Amino acid sequence: MVTTTPPAIEKNRSRRAKNASRPGDRIFSGLSKGSGITLLVIMAAIAAFLTYRTVLAVSKDSTNFFTTFEWNPAGDPPVFGIAVLAFGTIVSSVIAMVIAVPVAIGIALFISHYAPRKLAKPLAYVVDLLAAVPSIIYGLWGAIFLVPYLDGLNQWLDQYLGWTYIFDKSADGVARNLFTVGILLAIMILPIITNVTREVFLQAPKMHEEAALALGATRWEVVRMAVLPFGRSGIISASMLGLGRALGETMAVAVVLSPSFVLSGHLLDPGGGTFAQNIAAKFNEADDYGRDALIASGLVLFVITLLVNGAARWIIARRKEYSGANA
Amino acid sequence: MSHAVQDRPVAFAKPRGPLAHARLPRWAPAAVAAGSVAAGTGIGLAAGWHSKVQWGMLSALLFVLATYVVTTKVEGARQAKDRIATSLVWVCFVLAVVPLLSLAWVTVSKGLEVLDGYFLTHSMNGVLEVEAGGGVYHALLGTIEQVAIATLIAAPIGLLTAVYLVEYGTGKLAKAVTFFVDVMTGIPSIVAGLFVLSTWTLMLGFGPSGFAGAMALAILMMPVVVRSTEEMLKLVPNELREASLALGVPKWRTILKVVLPTAIGGITTGVMLAIARITGETAPILLLVFGTKLINPNPFEGAQSSLPLYVYEQYAVGTDAAVARAWAAALVLIAFVMILNLVARGIARWKAPKTGR
Amino acid sequence: MAKRIDVSGLSAYYGAHKAIDDISMTVEPRSVTAFIGPSGCGKSTFLRTLNRMHEVTPGGRVEGKVMLDDENLYGSGVDPVAVRRTVGMVFQRPNPFPTMSIFDNVAAGLRLNGTYKKSELADIVERSLKGANLWNEVKDRLNKPGSGLSGGQQQRLCIARAIAVEPDVLLMDEPCSALDPISTLAIEDLIGELKERFTIVIVTHNMQQAARVSDRTAFFNLAAVGQPGKLIELDDTERIFSNPSVQATEDYISGRFG
Repeated sequence: MVTTTPPAIEKNRSRRAKNASRPGDRIFSGLSKGSGITLLVIMAAIAAFLTYRTVLAVSKDSTNFFTTFEWNPAGDPPVFGIAVLAFGTIVSSVIAMVIAVPVAIGIALFISHYAPRKLAKPLAYVVDLLAAVPSIIYGLWGAIFLVPYLDGLNQWLDQYLGWTYIFDKSADGVARNLFTVGILLAIMILPIITNVTREVFLQAPKMHEEAALALGATRWEVVRMAVLPFGRSGIISASMLGLGRALGETMAVAVVLSPSFVLSGHLLDPGGGTFAQNIAAKFNEADDYGRDALIASGLVLFVITLLVNGAARWIIARRKEYSGANA
Repeated sequence: MSHAVQDRPVAFAKPRGPLAHARLPRWAPAAVAAGSVAAGTGIGLAAGWHSKVQWGMLSALLFVLATYVVTTKVEGARQAKDRIATSLVWVCFVLAVVPLLSLAWVTVSKGLEVLDGYFLTHSMNGVLEVEAGGGVYHALLGTIEQVAIATLIAAPIGLLTAVYLVEYGTGKLAKAVTFFVDVMTGIPSIVAGLFVLSTWTLMLGFGPSGFAGAMALAILMMPVVVRSTEEMLKLVPNELREASLALGVPKWRTILKVVLPTAIGGITTGVMLAIARITGETAPILLLVFGTKLINPNPFEGAQSSLPLYVYEQYAVGTDAAVARAWAAALVLIAFVMILNLVARGIARWKAPKTGR
Repeated sequence: MAKRIDVSGLSAYYGAHKAIDDISMTVEPRSVTAFIGPSGCGKSTFLRTLNRMHEVTPGGRVEGKVMLDDENLYGSGVDPVAVRRTVGMVFQRPNPFPTMSIFDNVAAGLRLNGTYKKSELADIVERSLKGANLWNEVKDRLNKPGSGLSGGQQQRLCIARAIAVEPDVLLMDEPCSALDPISTLAIEDLIGELKERFTIVIVTHNMQQAARVSDRTAFFNLAAVGQPGKLIELDDTERIFSNPSVQATEDYISGRFG
C-alpha cells in the first residue's frame, strides 16, 4: 500500500543504522572477530613453527627421514627416520578401529533401539562419563591389568593362527606389543565413537522406522532400512573422531608398549613404536637437536591427523544429500 | 516398457503363510546365553586356557552361533537374521561393559589402598621412590593451577569466537574459522605440547613451568569450548534476538543481556566438560612442566607436577609402593574429572534452554 | 484378498493409562470405514492396534481379540511382523525412505518378504505405482530419491509401497492432513478405487472427507480428558451424517463440540 517511505521515517531509519555501529557494538564485534582471528593465528603458528623446526632437523639428517628404521639424532652423523613410528601408529590405530567401530555401532544400537528402557538411560550416561576418563588411567589399567590377561590370548593366537604371519609370535616376552596397544586404544575410543553414533541413531526419524515396521520388517530390518542409512555419515565422522584420538594417543601407548626400533609384521612380538609414544619416551634424554627431530616426527603426526579429519569432512559432505534432513 | 509387461506372465507379490508360526519362548535367548557361557567356561577349563578373555570370546561366539542355529530351525531364516543381530548387539554391549567395569573397579579398589588424608595433603618431598608414604598434594595443586590458567586463556577466546561465528560471522573469515576449529579439535595433545615447546622453550628460551603447560592445554581446550558454545547459541531462538533488537536494544547488549544468559547453562556445561578433558592430559605436561617432587605454588617459575604426570612417573618407577601411589593418584584424578562431569551435567539439566529437547 | 476384521473386547494401554476401552466392531471387506471423533479419543490408537503397531510404542499394551477372517491377530504364536505384512498402513505424514529411490521405496516391502527376479519386481512396482495413480508422474525418474517428490506425490508413493505387498487390509491414519486440497482430492479418488481390492480403514479429522470417501463411519468419543476413548456408534455413513442414533454423534457432527 505504501509505495514511498515518508522522509521522516527515512531519517529515523538512517539514525538507527548509525546506532548499529556505536562504540559498544564496534568493540564487541571487534573483540569476537579478534578471537576468531586469534584462533587462526594459533593454527598458522603451529604449522609454521613445527615446519621450521622440522626443516632444521631434517636438513641435518644423514639418511632418508621417511624410510629409516633408526632413531639416533645424537649420533655422528645424526640418523633418524619415522618408518617404524609410522608403521606402528597406523597398525595400532587400524587394529583399534577394526575392533572399536563395529562394537561401538553395536552398543549405540543397543542403547538407542535394543536395550530395555530402564537400562538404556543409565547406560548412555555411563558411556558419556567413560569418554571423559583420562588416557593415562587407561594406560595404567592396560599395563597392569590387561597385559597379563592378553598373554594367554597371544599364545593361543600364535598357536592356531601363527600361519597368518601377522599372528606369528617369533620373540618371547609379555604382551606389550602393537596388538595389545590396538586393543587398549579400541577400548579407549569406544565411548567416544559410541556417544556420537548413539546421538545420530536416536535422531533417526521415527516415521521412517514406523514405515518399515508397517511393511512387515523385523527389528533388524528396521535398523537396516531406516536407522543405519540415516546414521551413515554420523558413523563415519564418529569413527574419524575416534581414529584421530587413536593416532595421537600418547600416554596409554607409552605405558603399555615396550618400544623398539624394529619394523616387524609380527604384531604379537614386543616392540615397535608410535609417533606420540616415541616423543614421550625420547624427550627427556634428547638434546636440543634431538628435540627438533622429535618435533619433526610430531609434524608428520599432525599432518596425518589433518588428512584423517579432511577425509571425514569430505565423506560427510558427499553424503549430505542422504542425511534425511530434507525429509 | 509397458508393452513388455504383456509379453510375460503377470508377476504378483508372493503369497503369505499363516500369521502364526512356531516361535521361540521369551526365555529362549537367556537360556541360549547361559548355555553358551557354561559351554565356553567348560571348554576353557578343559583345554586349560588360563586367559578368561578366551573363555569370554568363545562364549560370545557360541552364543551367536547357537542363536542362529536354534532360530533357523524353529522360526526360519528371516527371524534368524533378526535374532542374530539382536544377539550381536547384546554381545557388543557385554564386550564393552566388561573392560570398562573392570577399569572402574580396579581403579577404585587399588586406589583406596593408599588414598587417605595424608596422601592428599603431602608432597613427595624427601620420600624415596621405593618406600611407601608421600602424597599427591603438589600434583593436585599443579593440576588445579595449570587447568585454571588454561581456562582463563581458552574460555574467553573460545566463547567470543563462538559468538563471532553465530552472531556476526559471515563470509570467508567465518568459514575459515569454522574449518580450523574443526581441524584444531583433531590436534593430538602431544602436538600442542610440541608447538609450545618449539616457541616458548626453544625459541624464547623459557624453562619448564606450569604456565607453559597451561598454554598447551589452552590450545586443546579452545576448539572444544567454541564447538559447545556454538551449539548452545544456535539453540537460542531467533525470536528472542529479534524481540530485543526490535525494542531498540543495540546488538552487543542483546547478545550480552539476552542471548548469553539464555544459553549460559549449556555454555557452562560445555566449558566444564572441556576442563574435565584437559585435566587428564599428560603429554603436554610431560614436555613442558617437567614434574617435580616438591610443592611449587608458582605456576610461572620452575617445574611443577600434575596429577596425570604423577601417575605416569610413579608407574614408571615400578616398585610396589610407587605403583600403589599411582593407583591412588589415578583415583584422585578420576574423581576430580567425574565430579566436574557430574556437576556440568547437573547444570545442563538445571538450566536447560526451554527450546532444548 | 480383502478380509473382514472382527474386533471384540479390545482395550489398549500406554503404561498404566488406558487409552481405549472395550471396543467391539466389525469392518466389512471391500469397503471404506472411517473413524471420526475429537482429538485424543483413541481413534488413531485403535487403528494402530489393527496391525499391532500400538505395541511398538514404549509401554503400549493391548487386551482383546482382533479376528482377520479366521485368524486372531493377538493369538498365541502370531508374529507381529507377519501381521504388519498382511495389514498395510499409511501414515499421517508421508514417509518414503529418504535414502531410497522411488523404485526401491515401492520394492522395499517385497524385498523383505522374498526374492524376486528383476523383471518381476519391475512389474509389481509399475502396477503398484499405477494403482496409486502415480505412474505417469514418476515413470521417467524411478531412480531419483523419493524425497524429491511433492507432499501429495510422496503420500501416493507411500500408498504404492503399502499396496505392493498386496495386503488384505489398508489402514490410513489421517493420510491427507499434511496435504493441500488438490493432493487431498487425488488421494480421496484413489481411496475410492482401492476399495475394490482392499479393506480400508481411514482415520480422519475432516468430516466432509469421511462423508465423501467412506461407506461406514465409526464415531469415537471420550467422557473427559484422561478417560479412555470409546466407540459410540458405527453405522452406514449416510445414516451417521443424516440421522445418527446417539445424541453425542449428532452434536459432534453438527459442530456443537469437538
